[in-house]
Amino acid sequence: MSLDEYTRREFKQVGTRVRRPDGVDKVTGRAMYGADATAPGMLTGRILRSPHAHARIRSIATSAAEALPGVKAVITSADLSVPEDEFIRDVQDNCMARGKALYDGHAVAAVAATDAATARAALKLIKVDYEPLPHVTDVDVAIRPGAPVVQEGRALENVPAGMSANVTSHSEFGHGTPAEGFARADKIIERSFRTAATHQGYIEPHACLASYAADGKADLWCCTQGQFFVRTLCSAIMGMEASQLRVTASEIGGGFGGKTTVFIEPVALALSRKAGRPVKIVMTRDEVFRATGPTVSTSMDIKIGMTSDGRITAGEAHLRYSGGAFPCGTVDMGGQAAFAAYDLEHVRTFGWNVLTNRPKEAAYRAPGAPQAIYAVESVIDELCQHFGLDPIDVRLKNAAKKGTKSSYGPTFPDIGLVATLEAAKKHPHYSAPLKDGQGRGISCGFWFNFGGNSCVSLNVNTDGTIGVTEGNPDIGGSRASISLMAAEELGIPYDRVRTIVADTSSLGYNDVTDGSRVTFAVGLATIKAARAAIRLMCERAAKIWGIDAEAVEWKDGAAVPAGPNAGKFPPMSLAEIAAVSFETGGPIAGHHEVNVDGAGVSFGVHIVDVEVDKETGATKVLRYTVFQDAGKAVHPSYVEGQMQGGAVQGIGWALNEEYIYGADGRLQNPGFLDYRVPVASDLPMIDTVILEIPNPGHPYGVRGVGETGIVPPLAALSNAVSRSAGIRLCELPMSPPRVLKALTGAG
Amino acid sequence: MRYVAAKTAKEAAGLLAAEPGVTRVLAGGTDVLVQLKSGMVEPDLIVDIKTIPGLGEITAEDGGFRIGAAVANAVLGEHAGVVALWPGVVEGANLIGSTQVQGRCTMAGNLCNGSPAGDAVPGLVAANAVARIAGPEGTRDCPVAEIPAGPGKTTLKKGEIITSIYLPARPERASDAYLRFIPRTEMDIAVASAAVSLELNADGTVKAARVALGAVAPTVVVADAAARILVGTTLDGDTLASFAKACEAVCNPIDDKRGTIAFRTRTAGTLAKRAALIAHARAGGSK
Ligand SMILES: Cc1cc2nc3c(=O)[nH]c(=O)nc-3n(C[C@H](O)[C@H](O)[C@H](O)COP(=O)(O)OP(=O)(O)OC[C@H]3O[C@@H](n4cnc5c(N)ncnc54)[C@H](O)[C@@H]3O)c2cc1C
Repeated sequence: MSLDEYTRREFKQVGTRVRRPDGVDKVTGRAMYGADATAPGMLTGRILRSPHAHARIRSIATSAAEALPGVKAVITSADLSVPEDEFIRDVQDNCMARGKALYDGHAVAAVAATDAATARAALKLIKVDYEPLPHVTDVDVAIRPGAPVVQEGRALENVPAGMSANVTSHSEFGHGTPAEGFARADKIIERSFRTAATHQGYIEPHACLASYAADGKADLWCCTQGQFFVRTLCSAIMGMEASQLRVTASEIGGGFGGKTTVFIEPVALALSRKAGRPVKIVMTRDEVFRATGPTVSTSMDIKIGMTSDGRITAGEAHLRYSGGAFPCGTVDMGGQAAFAAYDLEHVRTFGWNVLTNRPKEAAYRAPGAPQAIYAVESVIDELCQHFGLDPIDVRLKNAAKKGTKSSYGPTFPDIGLVATLEAAKKHPHYSAPLKDGQGRGISCGFWFNFGGNSCVSLNVNTDGTIGVTEGNPDIGGSRASISLMAAEELGIPYDRVRTIVADTSSLGYNDVTDGSRVTFAVGLATIKAARAAIRLMCERAAKIWGIDAEAVEWKDGAAVPAGPNAGKFPPMSLAEIAAVSFETGGPIAGHHEVNVDGAGVSFGVHIVDVEVDKETGATKVLRYTVFQDAGKAVHPSYVEGQMQGGAVQGIGWALNEEYIYGADGRLQNPGFLDYRVPVASDLPMIDTVILEIPNPGHPYGVRGVGETGIVPPLAALSNAVSRSAGIRLCELPMSPPRVLKALTGAG
Repeated sequence: MRYVAAKTAKEAAGLLAAEPGVTRVLAGGTDVLVQLKSGMVEPDLIVDIKTIPGLGEITAEDGGFRIGAAVANAVLGEHAGVVALWPGVVEGANLIGSTQVQGRCTMAGNLCNGSPAGDAVPGLVAANAVARIAGPEGTRDCPVAEIPAGPGKTTLKKGEIITSIYLPARPERASDAYLRFIPRTEMDIAVASAAVSLELNADGTVKAARVALGAVAPTVVVADAAARILVGTTLDGDTLASFAKACEAVCNPIDDKRGTIAFRTRTAGTLAKRAALIAHARAGGSK
């Protein structure tokens, strides 16, 4: 790990709340989202989806649809080859079922027609001969031997014999001997938990426009978190070379991890190839819910031992996650994250992934962590209640810190957990009195964070302005932060920098906007690209002055002679150097390419006060405060936005959001009416406290902040509700019927 | 699909009666347009009634008010007279949707859409409101309570439309209230609801009561036996407890994604109790 990037400095612009560059476009409607792309001769694509949770597809008759005037192409999985790579094959089979429909909403065919009404009519003319099969949507049922098998032959070798064929993988993390630790505990609590699958709930449905040319090259415009990964997936599925497929990311109306893969893009490309015309597909909300990635649904057993003075002696977790109808590794991250906040001698987590007839899981902020940490933090809270201990004191007593061997292996460098807990403890919220019947809950949260492949070009324009070209769709304010970091490094005002997100043919590979990586990793590449440009500008000044390049340094946005021996020249500003660049050697640009390490883990602590209506089971959130380590908050408003957004999504997850399946295996609530994300009036203002414990892996100390915020709310809410209601709740969401049932036994 | 903007109620009724295919009346369209977009219905004929003169008006009549079928609920909520006389009816109507939806949606549309969870309906039923209906055979009046016939169904005959809803006059010391339970605070659909209309004696005891429960049966439920428990009381704790039980006794809800049978039943009782207290206070009762 590169942990020597950081040097202390006084920031001039980083840390200020500059105007966001996308604001005007977004509020005036000028911004181009996925569905805004058009092309001459464009067709409308629509997808036929399985009404069955699980069914063999005996045949698909498309001729009547093809004969309908206005229909230009109909495709099924027969129009796609079968990729050898298992991962790519799963992505493709999720986009278009092959042989079996694996969940309600699974795509089975698609049409492209001259207008939407014709496309809809054509879908009705496609006759699919289904043989319905027994289905399973519940993880605890699917894991039992004898359960209906979603896909045969998908288990990895590490799955013990005798389990259902739905169990695809097993993982184990930890150290020590939990049995020894439990023997030293004064109290052991064991509890089982369940969490429902939730959806990322981005406001913009998936949309794309594909144009496949007769000579085999293609363009794809789409709403995605990662145009380069879209190119990887689509070129593999379409059998194309990367250079022949150009992918352009649109402005994005939310992703939260759910737009890190493809659902409709290969379908649009295949339709366009067959029709010879551009094809646009825009999902309906119903399709988004039924066929794009929700989170895993889980069932978990947690066992924790504690001494009467609050020392955790051992922890153990058994995690059963289902990522839907395809193998999924999210449980591994849950197992690694479960106890990450604690310095433990004895800790062990066991994870199983289980197939169910549900849509394929897609990433959602800190995938796998909120669930496992919810379960662990609930048991810790119950132990605190048992011993009458302060929940923050107990966490401080056991907190992971620099040098702690983490529960998942690595030894932590500088981390911010203790500082975050201390900030929470001394905040007025924590000591504010509660009224009768109200409850206060707290929880820690953790996320690994990620760096990854990043590639940035920074162009110095002759008028002294800067164009930064980067390759990551901006879902959390990264253009503002990247411009700020470039401006800081170059020593010029923020307004002089414009950052744009390039297509896949304009820049080297960039990993997806995920893992809270962009401000950290692309920011690092931007700073280094700026430094490369600065080196060039110093050379140009040296040339003009007729001195050695080494004798020039960069100060406050200008080249200056380095020390008295270099000669006496007035500073040459960036604009002055840029203006004469054509005479001094040509255009000036800096670039940087890197696979960034040292992302720096992130911790957060949330405090929430609630009041449960004991007659209806409804929970009112009264007050909420987020404490999180940002390393360095480049643009504090965006950092607060991430913290608030994470808290709100977590509150929704804790209280109302859930995928509800009927006995027929069909999703009962594929819409925002019955899939209840919180509305503004459900929430108090979410207060935030940003801590800045510099990340040694970044020149400015930045850590990713996008994901940790969704981790603590689940347990914080559950702990608060349990304290307010006077009973321990062990299942999410804590919807009013579930809480009232727990309170009254009726239900 | 044909769209006709009707000029008279008679024309609307005639068009609807003559159409052999699927028809829909377009009032605010906040149900119809959503159903169209999602493909739930594919009507052959849509008759817009907003263009019929008089249907957008609220008029005072015999101490009560006649609410035109095309009056948007936002307009209703700004009518001081109706708000003063029937605050519970108005609060039910004003709970529907958002500000945008309020600008379009109507009470008649809410009633005719036939949802057991319609928020305007229990208030109207508790108020003994009467719908005026125009049909191929002329005009008739019918209590609102008799219009719902089950989820998505009404007792209106082919070609009939509601032209107005009449909210009757009421004595001094009378008021009403409506409460619904939703898991969120807005933009949701009632899991259970209750409307209570009370008339008080000079001493604050209940003289007459009418109670209607929503979302707990295929149609709105009139809880007469429960209402009788309130008569002669000042809504003391014991009275309210047996009142809530009596409300629960007449519930016959479904178990679905929005709530279990037990939850809906219990919550209906809780809401009825709370609504009774609000109505009592509004009517000038002691609490
Ligand atoms: C975002 C949103 C939120 C909503 N929230 C709520 C809510 O909180 N509570 C709630 O109860 N509803 C809610 N609704 C549903 C809807 O807004 C209400 O039912 C509304 O009152 C319908 O009135 P409308 O005038 O828009 O009816 P329309 O959509 O015009 O018509 C509804 C139905 O009634 C029939 N109809 C209309 N007028 C007449 C008439 N005069 N005579 C005969 N038949 C007629 C139509 O044929 C149609 O079948 C919501 C809808 C949306 C889109």
